[in-house]
Parts: sequence; structure tokens; C-alpha cells
Amino acid sequence: MKILWILAMKELRDGLRNRWIAAAIIVLGTLALALSLLGSAPTGSIKASPMDISVISLASLSVYLIPLIALMLSFDTLVGEFERGTMMLLLTYPVTRWQVIIGKFLGHLMILFIAIFAGYGGAMLIMTLVTGASMEGWQAYVSMMFSSLILGAIFIALGYLVSVFVRERATAAGAAIGLWLVFVVLYDLLLFGALLIDEGQLIGQQLFSMLMLASPTDTYRILNLSMFDGVSQAAGIAGVASEAGMSSTLLVSVMLLWIAAPLAATLLIFQRREL
Amino acid sequence: MNTQNNNVISLDAVSKRYGTETVVSDVSFNIQSGECIVLVGHNGAGKTTLMKMMLGLTRPTSGNVEVLGANPANNSKIAQHKTLGYLPESVAFYDAMTGSEVLAFYARLKDVSKTACENLLEVVGLEHAAKRRIGTYSKGMRQRLGLAQAMLGSPQLLFLDEPTTGLDPSLRHQFYELIDALHKEGATSVISSHALNEVEARASRFIIMKSGALIASGTLEELYQQASLPVRLKVSVTPGEAPGVAERLGSEVTISKVNNQSLSLSCFDDDKMPLIRRITDLGDVVNDLQIMPPKLDEVYNHFMNGGQS
Repeated sequence: MKILWILAMKELRDGLRNRWIAAAIIVLGTLALALSLLGSAPTGSIKASPMDISVISLASLSVYLIPLIALMLSFDTLVGEFERGTMMLLLTYPVTRWQVIIGKFLGHLMILFIAIFAGYGGAMLIMTLVTGASMEGWQAYVSMMFSSLILGAIFIALGYLVSVFVRERATAAGAAIGLWLVFVVLYDLLLFGALLIDEGQLIGQQLFSMLMLASPTDTYRILNLSMFDGVSQAAGIAGVASEAGMSSTLLVSVMLLWIAAPLAATLLIFQRREL
Repeated sequence: MNTQNNNVISLDAVSKRYGTETVVSDVSFNIQSGECIVLVGHNGAGKTTLMKMMLGLTRPTSGNVEVLGANPANNSKIAQHKTLGYLPESVAFYDAMTGSEVLAFYARLKDVSKTACENLLEVVGLEHAAKRRIGTYSKGMRQRLGLAQAMLGSPQLLFLDEPTTGLDPSLRHQFYELIDALHKEGATSVISSHALNEVEARASRFIIMKSGALIASGTLEELYQQASLPVRLKVSVTPGEAPGVAERLGSEVTISKVNNQSLSLSCFDDDKMPLIRRITDLGDVVNDLQIMPPKLDEVYNHFMNGGQS
């Protein structure tokens, strides 16, 4: 446990030292603030609380931004240490390989936690102070922050898998961008393309739900847009998720599985890896 | 056997191949507690790979490696040993961190106190650069920091891969003093080097590697014996007497050079004393006699050239 803490704190300090955390907080904070302030304009006509609107717009933003930040944080963490030779030295210390992975993961999770909660949380506070908006709907906002953290954790784990798999940092960077494109852009495009062509003949409700759950970003979207009534009404998808048999427990479980599987694969590959 | 239990490290028919390239082939040896073993060989002789296998960083393709009674590659058991120190060849650190930050990080992993860290930085002469980023360090400074981290927690088992490259002579001396101090406390060390003479005085045993194979091992005396290189003698005589002396010594003696007043001779170790007696029997003609045992470099070259000297 102590070793994990030492390794995690090293990653956290690295994040603070290279201003990584500061940059992430500023990016997430300003975008959240901009979206919240701009997004609160149409609330009057559909009687949704500004907080709910914020959750919808921030969830849509996070789907793109959080995976990108998480991958940037994680893609070179293993291959970089292999390349420089620092991993070799580290492993001759009283540290096992799984401790290296889990320690790094905890450290990166802390970085992401700070970035999301300081960025989004700070924006929420400013928004309520400036616009005097009610705090109504804050549960949805806080749960959006937590689910964003889980989304980030998924892409940290995927980044590790890339990082342990490739031989060079440059390859890892390319693979990380590819991963982001596939999960964030291409998968949805292909899915909707397929739906359009199919016109409801082969892809039924059941299969469609499965296909949505197969993508961590879609799972995150459904979770945020459907978990709270206010949000789902404002998003215009009230009851869609529950009709499809997707409880929030199921959605969160799917996301946790998306963390566990890449981490386990990373560990397996790392155990066999020769330095 | 009693000595068997004393083995800190034992390698049994260890080979390592990368694809079709054989880096280490069929190497066996035992290292006992308290020994200072020097692995000698050219670059690419397999020294680093051997060390990595002993550290569990790499697994042998065939054969067995046992360190402290366990397979080092198996679940990193060796890594659980807090009294292990390793200095890799061309050591690398986290460049963004300062010297003292990096050392403190490694010290925490080994449960070593902060004061011990500061002492070590002083020992290797980095106390003034401790607050600087490692990215700004010179090669020698990195090597010194590498030594400091290898010494953390007074290790009982040391692996040092080309430890003195980039160190100036005084620091080199200081470094060997540190190793000596650890040895007095019963530490075992494995040092790799591409030269024999540097580590001559410290080594209890040498293991000479060539193209992945162990070609010779033993103490310095044993290596001399195995190489059975001739001893050289230089005899100074009264001017003008040299050709006569050469004649009187007879044909059994190999005479490599005759000058006006000196002769260079060579003979095998067993023939040395009889020859010396015959030279001293020559009387007043002989002014001086120098005996030059084979140099360490010659022994090394002997093995490297496949037994032909």
C-alpha cells in the first residue's frame, strides 16, 4: 500500500511540476464556464434549470475532451520509461510490476480528479455566484463530474494498454490518437450510418442498446443524459434509457469493466515484458 | 555440500537468444556470499544481459538463474529484497526532477531515511547540484547520482554495470572505497568492466566473457596459470658482453632481443627459477636483472584472442 502511494504521489508531483494539472484545470474550467453562461440563455422557454442545461452541454463536451486529456496523460507513461531506461532501474527496487501499473493509475486518477473537480467544480461555483442561478440540479452536475472521472479512468487504462504494447513513444502517440478517433468519433459515425442504411430492419432496440454499451463514450453519454429526470427532459430523451433496460447501475458497471479490462491486459503484457 | 548453501547467485546452463541472435550461451557459475565478482568482456560480450537476467529484468531462453534462493524473474521476488543495489550501464533518470528529488523517491521505495540520502549526495559530490534538474546534469554527474542510488540502504547485493565510466580518478578511488566498506560488512557484488586492471585489486574472482560464452573464470592467480603466459626477464650486462652471455645461456632459453649490453629473455613460470639461478651464476658480467610477470592486459588479450598469445 505504501509503495502504491509513493508511486502515485510521484505521478501527481510530475503533473504539478510540468503544469499539466494547471493547464487541464484552465481548459476544463473556461470551457465549462463558457458553455454554462452561453447555455443558460434558452432555459426560459423549456423551463429547464441552468444546471441541467450545463450538464447536457458539459457531458457532450467531456465526451471529446476528457478522453483526449486522459490519453495525453497516459500514452507515454510506460513506453517513455522503457525508452529512457528508468523502468529498468525502478523494477530493481522493492516494487512489483503490478504495483507500478496500479501506482501510476492512482496517480493519474488523482491528477484527473483535481483537473475535473477544480475545472468543472470551479465553473459551477462561479456560475451560481455570477448568475445567481439556483443550486437546483447540482446532484446531476456532481454525478456528471464523477462519471467524467470514470470516463477519464477508462481512457487512462486504454492509454496504458497502448503504452505497454508499442516499442516507441511516437508509435504510442499515433495509436493514442487513433484510439481517440475510433471511440470518440468513428464509432458513433459508423453506428449512425448503419442505422440510416438499415432503416430499422436488422438493428432492433436490443442490438442498438448493445452497440451503444459497446462504446465507453456512448455509455457515458447515456448515463449523464438519462440519470436525472430534469436533465433527460431537457435533453429530450426522457425515459429512453430505462425503456431500453439500461439502469444507471448497469451503465456504471459497463464503464468500470472498461477500466478493469485494459488495466488487466496491460498488467499481463507488462508481466511478460523483458527489459 | 556446505559451500552450495552459501551461493547467493547461481547460474546453470543459462542461454539467452533474441530471435536468431545468441547473446548469452550456456553460461554456468556460482557466486558466494561476500565475493566481489568482476565480469570482464568487450562490449556485446553479454555482460549486461547476464546482469539483467540475475536482476529478473530479462528471462533466460534456457537454463536456470537463482538469486538469493529464488528465480529472480518469477514475480519479481528479488525486487522484494530491500538490500539490492543496481547501477545500470548509462543510467537514466527522470530528467524533470532534481537530483535530491529523485534520490528521495528511490529512498522512499527502499525505506531509507532522508538524512542517509543527503549523506550519499555529499559522498558522491553532488550536494551543490542537488537542487538542479537532472536534465542539466553532465554524464559524470548522472553516473554519480546512479552510484548514490545504488548505495541507498547499504545493499548486501550490488550489481554495477560499468560503474566507473565517466568518473574522474579521484571519484573512482572514492567509489572503490565505498565498495570496500560494503564488502567489509559482508556484501556481495557483481561488477562488469571492459578492463581487467581497474578492478584488479578488489576482485575476488573474474569471469571472462566473449561473444556470450564464458571463456575463463577464477582468481587472478588462477587466470595467470590458465593463460600460462611466459615471464619476461631483462638482463643488463657489461657493455659488449651480451652476445657472449646469450651463447652461454644456451639454446633452451628463448631470447627475443640482444643488444650490446642487455638481453630480453622469456620463459614459462616453471622454468623461471632455474633460469634465474643460471643467470646469477654468470657472475660479475650481469649488472642487473629485471623480472616482468605477464601484465593483466596480456592475460586478458590471451583469453580474448582464443588462447593464442
